[in-house]
Amino acid sequence: MRSDASRLGFYLLLAPILLWLVVLIILPHIGLFIVSISEKLGPREYETGFGNYTAFFSEPLYWRTFARTAIMSILATALTLVLGFPIAYYIAKLTRGRTKTVLFLMCMIPFWVSELVRTFGWMILLRETGVFSNLLQSLGLVSGPVEMLYNDAAIMVGLVYTSILFMVVPLVTTLDSLDDSLIEAGYDLGGTSTSIMREIVIPHAMPGIVSGCIVVFMLSLGNYLTPILLGGKDSLWFTGMIYTQFITRFNWELGSAFGFLLLGLSSLVVFLGLKLSGQTLSQTMGRS
Amino acid sequence: MTDSHPDLECRDLVKDFSDFKAVDRVSFDVPQGSFFSILGPSGCGKTTLLRMISGFQSPTSGDLRIKGKSMIGVPPNKRPVSMVFQHLALFPTMNIGDNVGFGLRQRGVGKAEIKKRVEEVLERVGLPGVSARRVDQLSGGQKQRVAIARCMVLEPDVLLLDEPLGALDLKLREHMKVELKALQAEFNTTFVYITHDQSEALVMSDNIAVMNKGRFEQIGAPHEVYHEPATAFVAGFVGDANKFDAKVTSANGSMLSLVTDAGTEMKINAAGASLNAGERTQVFLRPEAIELVATATTNDEGCNVSPGVVESVLFNGANSSVTVRNSAGGLVKVALPQTGGFAALQKGDAVFTRWQPKDARCFSAAEAGS
Repeated sequence: MRSDASRLGFYLLLAPILLWLVVLIILPHIGLFIVSISEKLGPREYETGFGNYTAFFSEPLYWRTFARTAIMSILATALTLVLGFPIAYYIAKLTRGRTKTVLFLMCMIPFWVSELVRTFGWMILLRETGVFSNLLQSLGLVSGPVEMLYNDAAIMVGLVYTSILFMVVPLVTTLDSLDDSLIEAGYDLGGTSTSIMREIVIPHAMPGIVSGCIVVFMLSLGNYLTPILLGGKDSLWFTGMIYTQFITRFNWELGSAFGFLLLGLSSLVVFLGLKLSGQTLSQTMGRS
Repeated sequence: MTDSHPDLECRDLVKDFSDFKAVDRVSFDVPQGSFFSILGPSGCGKTTLLRMISGFQSPTSGDLRIKGKSMIGVPPNKRPVSMVFQHLALFPTMNIGDNVGFGLRQRGVGKAEIKKRVEEVLERVGLPGVSARRVDQLSGGQKQRVAIARCMVLEPDVLLLDEPLGALDLKLREHMKVELKALQAEFNTTFVYITHDQSEALVMSDNIAVMNKGRFEQIGAPHEVYHEPATAFVAGFVGDANKFDAKVTSANGSMLSLVTDAGTEMKINAAGASLNAGERTQVFLRPEAIELVATATTNDEGCNVSPGVVESVLFNGANSSVTVRNSAGGLVKVALPQTGGFAALQKGDAVFTRWQPKDARCFSAAEAGS
């Protein structure tokens, strides 16, 4: 009797997440998959086949954009980690009480503003008539206006900026759970700052590092706004290409195939990352 | 360097925090191979003292020498001391072997040599062949021994222990006391042990320093600290004691006549305590110094004998005791030997308490402070 009631409760609680998964994620993907394996022969004339996927591999622009997106995203993830780790370590281990809360909040405050507005902020700083350009000119370091937008560096800056919070938060959480006495024990046993970082802090923070990296990588790979705004027309970001297929070219079939390739790529990179770091998904997500 | 230096010397060690003095002019020596305990209530400054010895905090003033070499300004990773942390601080991301080998790896010892020495030290603490296990696969007592092995493999001059038995259950704690003492004898290393548990300190130590409010109240062997407490704090903190607030009515050499605030008269032979008539004192009397007798007899001459009624019997095996309410209304705790004829003692029985004037300790109330 009791177990029946608790089972009912379990299914009731499960229902929203199941609905969410089925209606908003699984069904659209099945639809997209069906579209992606339909080859267009003529108006309203379709044939099932993997033509859209082969088109991707036969056209260098497509797979090169694809590879470029992946490599840039990995690079952005690495940069975010390198920048985020010291920030997280400082917040988690070297500050106490109020300072900690304030610093943590300061990391979050930029995220109260929409991503679009924040990206425009970067455009104001970096464009030809922008703040940096004017500053360099007034200091006499350059003779004319400098365009700092519309290149890969600008994209990278934008990607790191938009995703660093998602690295810092899981890192602060895992580093917070590292007992200070472990670090002290490391010093006491003759460890140096580097060896303690390598043997004690990083192994402990590994689940946080991995979950932060997964989130940042996914966000970068799927980012549309930042590469388009900061990288311009030629940013060659794969999401931009999907957009073009769907909206400009009205080629939903190829667009859907691209969508699935992106899904496959991100899963593959995450899988490889987990294998390389010796972590499992359940361990990583369970702890952070 | 000669062997005449004690392993650890502290000279007028002071640690000021912004709002209070955590450690106040502490001086002591710990000779090679001895077990030294620092006993005090929480907040007495013993942890700060230990952290200064290990190097995590630097003293405001004073000197700290290990084997005759000053350690002021030497970082913790360069000091010949190792520390067993309160919660042991074993690295959960490493297996036992890597934990124990950590210090050796930092010194750049070769892999094969590390493996050999780790096995050796694990064997010495009675845990051979656990290298490959994870930390969470060991029991509390085993973790304790691994933590000690992790320090001892580095052959430190001094091993510091920060209440490592606090987290264990009672049975295991009793067992580990004996084991720690045996390990100390086995390694013949100087141990400095801090604790708030007097029984740990009394059982294991060669010498005990009793610490209160940043100062050392007394340093001495366990029996000295127990039987000849130097201050009222030591008398009250170490071991059980009946405490009476009293007033001296007359002093005749070292023989004092007192009357407690409850109104009981007593005679005390207080050698060393220079008290005059009219002064207020605190009297400490161990429960085991008091004898229960059924009737007052003539050979009680010179003893303090008073009639009373048993208020309650606290049976605790060999540590059983009774509280007796004496005729003046004061409560006295008396140890109850399990061999005597008092095994059947019950609440409400009339008894006499008897104790020798030399068995009580008394201290000037002004000196005792609170």
